[in-house]
Amino acid sequence: MAGDRAASIDPDALSWYEATARQRVLALTDPGSFREFLPPTERRMSPHLPLFDLPRAFDDGIVVGRARLDGEPVLIAAQEGRFMGGAFGEVHGGKLVGLLRAALALKPKAVLILFDTGGVRLQEANAGETAIAEAMRAIVDVRVAGIPVIGLIGGRAGCYGGGGLIAGTCSRLAVSEGGRISVSGPEVIETNKGAEEFDSRDRALVWRTMGGKHRRLIGGADAFCADTVSAFRKAARDLVGRAPAFDLDTLEAEQARLEARIDRFGDCRDATDVWARLGVNDPESVPAMDTDAFAETVARSPEADHDAR
Amino acid sequence: MGEWRGERRARDARIAAGRAHADGKVVPAGAVVDLLESILRPGDRVCLEGDNQKQADCLARGLSACDPDKIHDLHMVQSGIVLPEHLDVFETGIAKRLDYSYSGPQGARIAKMLYGGQIELGAVHTYLELFARYFVDLTPNVALIAGVSADRNGNLYTGPNTEDTPTVVEATAFKNGVVVAQVNEIVDTVPRVDIPGDRVDFVVEADTPFYVEPLFTRDPAAMTETQILIAMMAIKGIYAEYGIRRLNHGIGFGTAAIELLLPTYGEKLGLKGKIATHWALNPHPTLIPAIESGWVKQVHCFGSEVGMDRYIRERPDIFFTGADGSLRSNRAFCQTAGLYACDMFIGATLQIDLMGHSSTVTQSRVAGFGGAPNMGSDPHGRRHPSDAWMKAGREGQIVGDPALMRGRKLVVQLVETFGDKLVPTFVEKLDALELAKKIGLELAPVMIYADDVTHIVTEEGIANLLLCRDADEREQAIRGVAGYTEVGRGRDRTKVEALRARGVIRRPEDLGIEPLDADRALLAAKSIKDLVHWSGGLYEPPARFRNW
Amino acid sequence: MESLTFRHTTKKPLPGSVPSAITGVVASGNLEILLERVLPPDACEVAIETPIAGYGDVWEAVVADFVARAQPGGLRISINDGGARPDTVSLRLLQGARLMEA
Repeated sequence: MAGDRAASIDPDALSWYEATARQRVLALTDPGSFREFLPPTERRMSPHLPLFDLPRAFDDGIVVGRARLDGEPVLIAAQEGRFMGGAFGEVHGGKLVGLLRAALALKPKAVLILFDTGGVRLQEANAGETAIAEAMRAIVDVRVAGIPVIGLIGGRAGCYGGGGLIAGTCSRLAVSEGGRISVSGPEVIETNKGAEEFDSRDRALVWRTMGGKHRRLIGGADAFCADTVSAFRKAARDLVGRAPAFDLDTLEAEQARLEARIDRFGDCRDATDVWARLGVNDPESVPAMDTDAFAETVARSPEADHDAR
Repeated sequence: MGEWRGERRARDARIAAGRAHADGKVVPAGAVVDLLESILRPGDRVCLEGDNQKQADCLARGLSACDPDKIHDLHMVQSGIVLPEHLDVFETGIAKRLDYSYSGPQGARIAKMLYGGQIELGAVHTYLELFARYFVDLTPNVALIAGVSADRNGNLYTGPNTEDTPTVVEATAFKNGVVVAQVNEIVDTVPRVDIPGDRVDFVVEADTPFYVEPLFTRDPAAMTETQILIAMMAIKGIYAEYGIRRLNHGIGFGTAAIELLLPTYGEKLGLKGKIATHWALNPHPTLIPAIESGWVKQVHCFGSEVGMDRYIRERPDIFFTGADGSLRSNRAFCQTAGLYACDMFIGATLQIDLMGHSSTVTQSRVAGFGGAPNMGSDPHGRRHPSDAWMKAGREGQIVGDPALMRGRKLVVQLVETFGDKLVPTFVEKLDALELAKKIGLELAPVMIYADDVTHIVTEEGIANLLLCRDADEREQAIRGVAGYTEVGRGRDRTKVEALRARGVIRRPEDLGIEPLDADRALLAAKSIKDLVHWSGGLYEPPARFRNW
Repeated sequence: MESLTFRHTTKKPLPGSVPSAITGVVASGNLEILLERVLPPDACEVAIETPIAGYGDVWEAVVADFVARAQPGGLRISINDGGARPDTVSLRLLQGARLMEA
């Protein structure tokens, strides 16, 4: 299937944030190597959306298939954040779960999940929630089989709700500055706790609380990328190579790491407080730092790198 | 006869009454209501500074809290109806009559109140028109203005958003009026004197800094391929064709796209230095890449823009700045510059009819005019030639002695054929006419009259109305670029093709533009973050525009 | 949802041999277009699913202009519309045809 024109664009120039799911997949993997499962011509669309008079997408907002990364076989899934906020519906979730289960048989070098999601699709929430649970279970099985699952996060919908939960089960995560990782989104927090607790329209607050830089500094993400497809490609290759084993040691290390994080930062009122405690000299300057300056800051953060997950 | 100082004595009495609530000229925020009740008289003409951007919000809250038994039937004469308090005073009876220019955010409520008879409307003006009337028949008795800081003598620093303040103060202070300024802080020495202290009678230290709306920030991330295509056509088919150097841009995404295409597409066409060098324009963040690439020689501003202060300070060769380094804007002068010193105005509108009349009024909103009609009009008082102006004049001349021909200003409407929610831009009849009838306006609120418009640019093509020789040609030229709207589908295809053959209508392919090349990759900046990078970190966008 | 189908006869087949292509995303004001080379070389069918009812005549005009311009013989074109404006539809159709010609 011929994809969007930008697939032919230089991955160094193609913005991850701007690219569609299809463009990301085609530019991320080795040229010509991508084979899609259940492509748009199969028309596996949501059976639920027409009941709500809502338009469907031929791929239900997720592209799945196999490809090569530096010659190595990988399985890949990419959510389209612009279709219904990249939300999980029945078909969408089923395609991800099916891909993960196929990994047990196909034994690829890694599974790559290109998250771009607000969580579960309201109109098919039961199926979506089920898919989230099944995906997490499937990831555990894949990791037990020794296949790393790498999450790449830098789309406009971020990685929220069930997507945030699934990301938490991945072996490693790469994130860009525009990427966001959390469970409850800014609007959800504001609705439940009030604008005094969290003003969702204060985008600087949203990004310093949930954005890529904060997640990288505290070790919530394991690599920080510039907003290009080639930067994500480099990060994906690198993370596949240093994914942790999935065993008791790793899980205990992860538990200890998360407990220590709560102890250390639990009383902080703002991300800048967290950064100050991490030893960042001028926390206010973090959001404006370019990729190189930020990399130096990350290198000095004691929490950024770890053996856990 | 013999009474020549009545106004002056009345003014002195007002000031004396106000002094009871002041320490010298300085009034604490808590005493605003007392101050206003002592200096205002029923029926006064009052300018409550509401500009396009800057708002005297502390004084607005004070005025709306006055006792309507004491202060009533005021005649409000101000350019912007922006804050809820600007209309609250009409509900309580504090104010009765209104003359204004622009009411963007309050457009729906003002329409309702006009319809309900709560406001006695003088007229909806353009900025220059209202400013002019300040000096003839709408001179304020009291002006309530806003600045950044003042000293105890009333010397006022307006900050980069000087906007209307000098004009309002000129009309009030020199004609026996009282001037009250709200400032964010009282200082020993102001950074620069925008308004000399002897024109300011009272200074209120406001409880919070005055509000400024970031009206001119357009996020490149939201720009569409259609807007980019239209921008490419405008650059190649109008800017390059006429050699437009001196110009004003509207605030829409289409013109913002042009700003972002100058360093890329414009560069490729070899137009640097040949177009878009001198501007009457607010400091648009989207102009940063063109400035940084050396396209722009200078920019004079109506007001400022939130987040642009540091950038402007570091680019004094481009912007007008004071001895203190910060921007000095001035709406009246910049409007005059846009009217007389620019060869082109290019902006968007909501509706265009078959003759080319345009309006931003919809059935339920009266947004007012602001400055577009001034800049979007052909000034008959202009007497200096320029290549662009003369070329347009030649194209438009049908009869008469070529030796007595004068030039024409280019007034370009840049629109997509459909707006939000598939609302057509091209209509048989403007909603403005319906609204005028409904609320009894003598003059329909037309933004730019057909006889001032020279070109209409849509994604389908450019219609050069200067080349139309009769009303029928004009209608078909407009239908011919109206796309799939009803107006567009109602075209006479044969006539439209004939107009195209004559170059009255030009399609993208006639200009050598491939629509599929209209790609976001052409934008010099694709996000607000890119603009920050272009500015070397000097541009500090408001939080709502950030995603980092 | 409103379903519309338009069938046209073309003077020639669309050049190229790409069997299928997709462009665009179903989002507010946008649409996705799936193109498949599955029809006889002088036939083109365009099927549209749109949440905005009542614009059948506009769709008809947009599709007719596209067919006249691109001569997309052999193509079945399926559109999932998210409320796109006609100019966006035209642009996507031309983008899709170009992908198929590659």
